Amino acid sequence: MSFWKRHQIFEKNSIVLIAGILVVIAVGGLVEITPLFYLKSTIEVVDGVRPYTPLELTGRNIYVREGCYLCHSQMIRPLRDEVERYGHFSLAAESMYDHPFQWGSKRTGPDLARVGAKYSDEWHVTHLVNPRAIVPQSVMPGYPFLAETEVDVAGMAGHLRTSRLVGVPYSDDQIANAVADLKAQADPDNPGVDAFTKRYPKAVARNFDGKAGIPTEMDALVAYLQMLGTLVDFKLYNEKANLR
Amino acid sequence: MSQAPNAKTMTTGESGLTLVFAAAAFLCMIGAAKALDAAFAFHASLSAAASLAAVFAIMNRYYDRPAALPPQEINGRPNYNMGPIKFAAVASVFWGIAGFTVGLIIACQLAWPALNFDLPWTSFGRLRPLHTSAVIFAFGGNVLIATSFYVVQKTCRARLAGDLAPWFVVLGYNFFIVIAGTGYLLGVTQSKEYAEPEWYADHWLTIVWVVYLLVFLMTLVKRKQPHIFVANWFYLAFIVTIAVLHLGNNPALPVSVFGSKSYIAWGGVQDAMFQWWYGHNAVGFFLTAGFLAIMYYFIPKRAERPIYSYRLSIIHFWALIFLYIWAGPHHLHYTALPDWAQTLGMTFSIMLWMPSWGGMINGLMTLSGAWDKLRTDPVLRMLVVSVAFYGMSTFEGPLMSIKVVNSLSHYTDWTIGHVHSGALGWVGFVSFGALYCLVPWLWDRKGLYSLKLVNWHFWIATIGIVLYISAMWVSGILQGLMWRAYNSLGFLEYSFIESVEAMHPFYIIRAGGGALFLIGALIMTYNLWMTVRSGEAEVPSSAALQPAE
Repeated sequence: MSFWKRHQIFEKNSIVLIAGILVVIAVGGLVEITPLFYLKSTIEVVDGVRPYTPLELTGRNIYVREGCYLCHSQMIRPLRDEVERYGHFSLAAESMYDHPFQWGSKRTGPDLARVGAKYSDEWHVTHLVNPRAIVPQSVMPGYPFLAETEVDVAGMAGHLRTSRLVGVPYSDDQIANAVADLKAQADPDNPGVDAFTKRYPKAVARNFDGKAGIPTEMDALVAYLQMLGTLVDFKLYNEKANLR
Repeated sequence: MSQAPNAKTMTTGESGLTLVFAAAAFLCMIGAAKALDAAFAFHASLSAAASLAAVFAIMNRYYDRPAALPPQEINGRPNYNMGPIKFAAVASVFWGIAGFTVGLIIACQLAWPALNFDLPWTSFGRLRPLHTSAVIFAFGGNVLIATSFYVVQKTCRARLAGDLAPWFVVLGYNFFIVIAGTGYLLGVTQSKEYAEPEWYADHWLTIVWVVYLLVFLMTLVKRKQPHIFVANWFYLAFIVTIAVLHLGNNPALPVSVFGSKSYIAWGGVQDAMFQWWYGHNAVGFFLTAGFLAIMYYFIPKRAERPIYSYRLSIIHFWALIFLYIWAGPHHLHYTALPDWAQTLGMTFSIMLWMPSWGGMINGLMTLSGAWDKLRTDPVLRMLVVSVAFYGMSTFEGPLMSIKVVNSLSHYTDWTIGHVHSGALGWVGFVSFGALYCLVPWLWDRKGLYSLKLVNWHFWIATIGIVLYISAMWVSGILQGLMWRAYNSLGFLEYSFIESVEAMHPFYIIRAGGGALFLIGALIMTYNLWMTVRSGEAEVPSSAALQPAE
């Protein structure tokens, strides 16, 4: 019986056809995806990577909501020009707590993987309100409404709890103090700042938008942008340790 | 019920769905009342209203219909179910115009950023997913549902399976589009490209899609032909694989069942891999396999020639669906995804060139002996040029998946140009060609209102596509070269903003190309409208394609 005759089993039986399709499409995905969950070399071991603070996570959710990833990548490739333009190439570990990932696929604007601490808070606030006030040729939309919208404080613990369920290692202490930490990080005079920095080592508490009162979405987004790419100290990072 | 003279009873489907939708309306009202955010309240209210409308529609239909459901056959000929197909065809034209318009708006925003108006719901970041979803899922999706329901009935010589189910698929799918689209404007997104809708929209789509699969499969099961026609293999692969991809990419945990925000189960590298396994195969199975099914039915039908090679179509089918699934990692070259996965992705992407061109050859060579029709039939010309564009972008794709090329092209407008040579040239044109065939068939018209207008549509849209993709090639390659340019002292030659500035003229040309494409689609809308309204009626013909072999 020729191959073409044998093939008729698929052409004459819809259930066999559907089974055949399922088997054929399963192979590629299984081979490419499953090893990423158990191969240890997928994510290198690096000091410094920690879950986002409540304010940073709120800012990240605003980044997601406004579709920033559609024009800004967060993934520096190990190419000479990129490393010189943006800094050390991105490590898998640096996005291990990102649900969802924000690597992006397009650079209408520059990469933001290491934008943290590059500019002042004031620069970011002015730029977000009206990008052309700082960069006249920019084509970025303005986001003046962020400065006028207060962050939804009350639901914060729920966000941390849900993140923990999908694999981000928030402690009970961090979840219980989510609201307090959210407020403390945006206000350096808040009595809770010390407890906050103990829960999130090296996190910075500042009045990011320069305005007093309940944190605004501007506070949150700037807090997020200012920590991007700053968690790993590349002066201490040992590249050889992860050679494979 | 007093009106029912004979023993008219509700079918299980009617009574069951009435109950389900009544319960859904109640649950959605609770959801709206307890909603934590405005977007969720809006969507819950919309769902409650839609559920009530569904209850009303089912009851209304029950009181209006005769006691017996429509027969499977009339006088020995299949009693085809065309109502849902007509709806999907009209919806595809509507969403097409909407999607192209939003595309034009965001193209203009990149050229003139003041058009963002600094408002949340008009900014580029929220409109861009609206554009991509409207053209891919709303326009393309409705074309696929309409043509698949048409083709499966005609080639199986059997009435569409299910009584309410086909309507549930069509209306349910379009309701998903409404939820997804309004969600983007309100900032409801999980930020996974082409899978932006949040958890509740995803759940709803899952239900609709499973019913779609069942309707399609059950129609195949009750076919009157021994063979399953080749177009149906492609439709089936598209429906099944999209279901698998949707489930794999979207598992998410909502923060609250009364709020729109959720966190995706996958994180970092794994999420990236899942996303582009999904993203690339949304292209491979939604925008390719599904539309290849259109090619395999509509080109032979319109050219009145058999498919060029039956054996080639078998190889084309299995090779395409096997290889496509592997290609996802080429979206992640040089990223933190492990090298072995990138290499696999690149290798399979290059191999994918072969089945893609096999399919193209099969489509083009179907015209053997009928090439002269290209001169006289602009609809056939549109279909054939779409296959040519398919060949072009499936050559460009493997090229761009080569790591060295990708290091230049990735993150630039070249990707956008590549996507649009496929989307406008291939998916757009093959859809327009199918609609030009389908509308006269569905409304029993002798032919289109005006072939001259089809000709205008074809040329205006073609010029639009050429402007669009050449502008994006130039801007993309320019961008890539500027980013990596060094001066004689060994410093980076250009700041990033200089590359943004250099894009300006190309963004204007691109918007012009998009505008032409939109004008072409508006001409089509007028032509189809006039065909339905004032076209000459025709006695329905019984011509059906022979199955494969």
